[in-house]
Amino acid sequence: MGAVMQPPDLAYVRTDLAAPLPPPTGQNSVLGWLRTNLFATLPDAVLTVLGLLILWFAIPPLISWLFLDAQWTGTDRTFCATVAQGGMQPEGWSGACWAFVSAKFQQFLFNVYPAGERWRVILCGIMFAALLVPFLVPRAPFKKLNAILLFLVLPVVSYFLLLGGHFGLRYVPTRDWGGFMVTIILSYVGIAVSLPLGVILALGRRSRLPVIKLLSVIFIEAVRGVPLITVLFMATKMLPLFMPDNMKIDDFLCVLIGVALFASAYMAEVIRGGLQAIPRGQYEGADSLGLGYWQKMRLIILPQALTLVIPGIVNTFIGLFKDTSLVYIVNMFDLLGAVRRNFNDANWITPQTPLSGLIFAGFVFWCFCFGMSRYSSYMERRLDTGHRK
Amino acid sequence: MAATDQVLGSEDSRGSLLYNPVVRGVFFQILVFGGLCAFLYWIVHNTQENLARAGRNVSFDFLYQRAGFDVGQSLIQYSSDSTQLDALIVGLLNTLLVAAAGIVTATIIGFVVGIGRLSRNWLIRKFCQVYVETFRNIPPLLVIFFWYLGVLAILPGPRDSFKLPFGSLLSNRGLFVPKPVWEEGSWLVGVAFLIAIAMGFFVARKASARQAATGQRFPVFWTNVALIVGLPLLALAAAGFPLSFSIPKLGAFQATGGLAIGPEFLALYLALSLYTASFIAEIVRAGILGVSKGQTEAAYALGLRPGATTRLVIVPQAMRIIVPPLTSQYLNLTKNSSLAIAVGYADLVSIGGTILNKSGESIQIVAIWMVVYLSISLATSLFMNWFNSRVALVER
Amino acid sequence: MKTTVKVMLGAAALGLAVPTASAATLDDVKAKGVLRCAVNTGLAGFAAPNDKGEFAGFDVDYCKAVAAAIFNDPSKVEYTPTTAKDRFEVLANGTVDMVARNTTWTLSRDTTLGFNFAGINYYDGQGFMINAKKLQGINSALQLSGASVCVQTGTTTELNLADYFKSNNLDYSPVVFEKIEEVNAAYDSGRCDVYTTDQSGLYSIRLGLTAPDDHVVLPEIISKEPLGPLVRHGDDQWFDIVKWTHNALIIAEEFGITQANVEEMKNSDNPEIKRVLGMEENSKFGTDLGLGEDWVVNIIKAVGNYGEIFERNIGSGSPLKIARGVNGLWTKGGLQYAPPIR
Repeated sequence: MGAVMQPPDLAYVRTDLAAPLPPPTGQNSVLGWLRTNLFATLPDAVLTVLGLLILWFAIPPLISWLFLDAQWTGTDRTFCATVAQGGMQPEGWSGACWAFVSAKFQQFLFNVYPAGERWRVILCGIMFAALLVPFLVPRAPFKKLNAILLFLVLPVVSYFLLLGGHFGLRYVPTRDWGGFMVTIILSYVGIAVSLPLGVILALGRRSRLPVIKLLSVIFIEAVRGVPLITVLFMATKMLPLFMPDNMKIDDFLCVLIGVALFASAYMAEVIRGGLQAIPRGQYEGADSLGLGYWQKMRLIILPQALTLVIPGIVNTFIGLFKDTSLVYIVNMFDLLGAVRRNFNDANWITPQTPLSGLIFAGFVFWCFCFGMSRYSSYMERRLDTGHRK
Repeated sequence: MAATDQVLGSEDSRGSLLYNPVVRGVFFQILVFGGLCAFLYWIVHNTQENLARAGRNVSFDFLYQRAGFDVGQSLIQYSSDSTQLDALIVGLLNTLLVAAAGIVTATIIGFVVGIGRLSRNWLIRKFCQVYVETFRNIPPLLVIFFWYLGVLAILPGPRDSFKLPFGSLLSNRGLFVPKPVWEEGSWLVGVAFLIAIAMGFFVARKASARQAATGQRFPVFWTNVALIVGLPLLALAAAGFPLSFSIPKLGAFQATGGLAIGPEFLALYLALSLYTASFIAEIVRAGILGVSKGQTEAAYALGLRPGATTRLVIVPQAMRIIVPPLTSQYLNLTKNSSLAIAVGYADLVSIGGTILNKSGESIQIVAIWMVVYLSISLATSLFMNWFNSRVALVER
Repeated sequence: MKTTVKVMLGAAALGLAVPTASAATLDDVKAKGVLRCAVNTGLAGFAAPNDKGEFAGFDVDYCKAVAAAIFNDPSKVEYTPTTAKDRFEVLANGTVDMVARNTTWTLSRDTTLGFNFAGINYYDGQGFMINAKKLQGINSALQLSGASVCVQTGTTTELNLADYFKSNNLDYSPVVFEKIEEVNAAYDSGRCDVYTTDQSGLYSIRLGLTAPDDHVVLPEIISKEPLGPLVRHGDDQWFDIVKWTHNALIIAEEFGITQANVEEMKNSDNPEIKRVLGMEENSKFGTDLGLGEDWVVNIIKAVGNYGEIFERNIGSGSPLKIARGVNGLWTKGGLQYAPPIR
């Protein structure tokens, strides 16, 4: 480039800045947004109009069914039935029967757990929440202690507290358990058992010992190839046959075993993904340090692999949480089962009852699953930075 | 892993058998295998004792006994005089029917919603997102109950059925549609249909060969549509229209005549389709997003229109990402069809459960279930692996 | 039955203790101070928790009667609610001492399962219920061709249904469910035209429907379902106690001994009544059974006679309103008949 020259006096060069032009309408005005996002092309416009029409016809009836016309209070079916159906609502009335949900709320939570003993369940629930929340918050301290309390101490305490029969607590047989409490217990035990079992199975599947590998593959693929219902049937109908005569095995325990084994096969595949994602150098590094197999896995590989698949673990857990509803089929009553069971209460049979109950149950399941999937993607984002190359 | 093997498998410097990884490996395997055998022996022994005490033995003879119960929906000839094996076959066919119907519908909805989630249209995007987030986060059993108890059960009774087009009826007894009744000479139509399909293949091959050779294109799609619709119609006319429809009529109880589709099937079919579609939508979205943007830009640079870009460039590449997880969704749907038992649809598990309750032959029934579902899983995986290898990227 | 009675009386006359193969259940029960009785989880009129959460019903009163015969206290019963599936298991493995849970007496249950039925306390049979308001003009099961029928799967009910419609050349489409509550809900919602199960069950289920008065039970009975209490094989003394508790209830009705008048009946001049109530000189019927001499008095004071139990729980005094019909006394054209206490 040449030397910097002093500019000559050029009259045609403007010296003041031009006033900024207004941004193009497509960028930040409401109209522009509408244009780019809703009416960009003719087909788009048609779709938008169609969508708006659907909303126009669907939303008002939905809102009035759910809220405006809904029956919020009441003591029996007459509050949610029309005159022709033997109730007090005007002819043609249709609305959600939230009165049913509020009347049966306790049953949805505990099913037929004795009313005087429900404080025990609530106490367990509080302990569970108090231990779970700090466990899930990455920044909270004392993770190890927290894990020990959550996965080793809590089950023992809950066992004695919920079942009773010791320390002056009334014995509550498992057939009286039910409702949301069972949903939580099943998912909690499922995850607590399936995680370690899944680690062992995943290691087995990647083992270089042929027998171990074969056994792990057979177990994982066999369990993943069949529906949970058949596993539950097997657990409830066949496990008692497998036991010696003097050993009576509780139905609830059978179901717990079935659910835990089922979940561990899926967990194993998730963890195997994590193991495969660890670079070979990590294995070699551990070997060169002279670590044995278990030391290598425990100190080097698993901590990395498990952190890597936390989102996958959470997704498996969401599946497990939803699958707990299947225990209804083998006569356990989880949240959905308890809701379903109360549809048959003669005191509450109306055309609106099932839909209201199902929407309530669906909402509860949705909140938990959606929350968990949000947590999963939060963890994914948090962990992502460390592994981006 | 290969490196690890070498390190562990190398000669042990300390020379002690105790520290030889190979010896330890063999010993460990024998230990596990022995433990498993002992455990299995214990279980078999207990089971035998329990069965002996109950005076039962494990045999599959009960399959050939008279079933004695009726089944609501059957694809083959079945009555209470048929054997229990026949009943199980009826159940298996019903499972396959609902799974096949569900897979087709779920795939269609899933692709539409998945593509909709990437639409430029904000409203469509939100619609699809709400759909996916709703169905992904509730249990499938709840969706089945929703349709069965919340929607189909509160339809009017059979005498006040909704009248739908073509003489179909919808009531709380299900959907009744006209049933085609084939008469003498209708085999001609079937033959014409097969010929049309064969000709379609031929045309497609010729056309692509011609395009490769000369660059001239031929309207393959429309020709084939004309062939497949026209030829059977011609055959129909030639045979003198040997086809009539049995129209459902309101009867004393439920509608008679026509093809009855029970609310149990409808609820299960709708629920499985909608539930699985939400997962398929996510897979489709991930697949399309997985195709790098450069591919689109390159296609545009070559002058392809957006439609052609999607059809010729994006979809073939996205399919590679989509197919493997799609397989497992198909398997999940098939396995979830066992939830039929909750609404009393006569699928394999439901009928097996009936026989189990009746005869108490729990071991055999559970074994049959496992074998059947494992075979379905295996067959699907094999087919999908074959398909996957066809669409997989050929690395150069 | 007659032979059994003779043998029993013979043994009693000789003053022999009835030999027991397994543990003496009576001693067990006395030692525990409570009778463990398996009942239905909930069948209105037969066994269901009442407003206070206590079990009440026809079958429950049989448990109470046995407890009264042993302890003179009908409250000394521990109820185990059982499903159709686990009722036999709890009896076989000794979790309960007796089962009073609308259970049909069949040969295989006597032999293969190894139980003794202590009598027939309710002659039942499978029947049909329809919504008469919707299906006007139907008053026989033979008019049901083309109907859809709600039935619980895996039960003999389902098999009887298939046989009945087949033998009468009638068409039907079955709508089956695993759980009785699901069958009830499906029938109530109009999913099917007909509900079939044991007639006693139909009457009880009808109560739980939205509009019970719209539904009628058709007259046809298509199977024999004699229901009765049962005990394990191998303890004849215990079997006798349950059997004769049932017989005593029927005998009391025959003689007009009721809960209200049992005390004054004790002073009756009728030698038969005196013998039944243990007022005969040197009577040892009760002690021979292993009970007190006033065992019949205790039973009747606790629960009343057979007729009273019937009317209170399932008959005209109850919401079920089942007619006595075949369950009337033999003297009144029914089938209920008891061997004499002598």
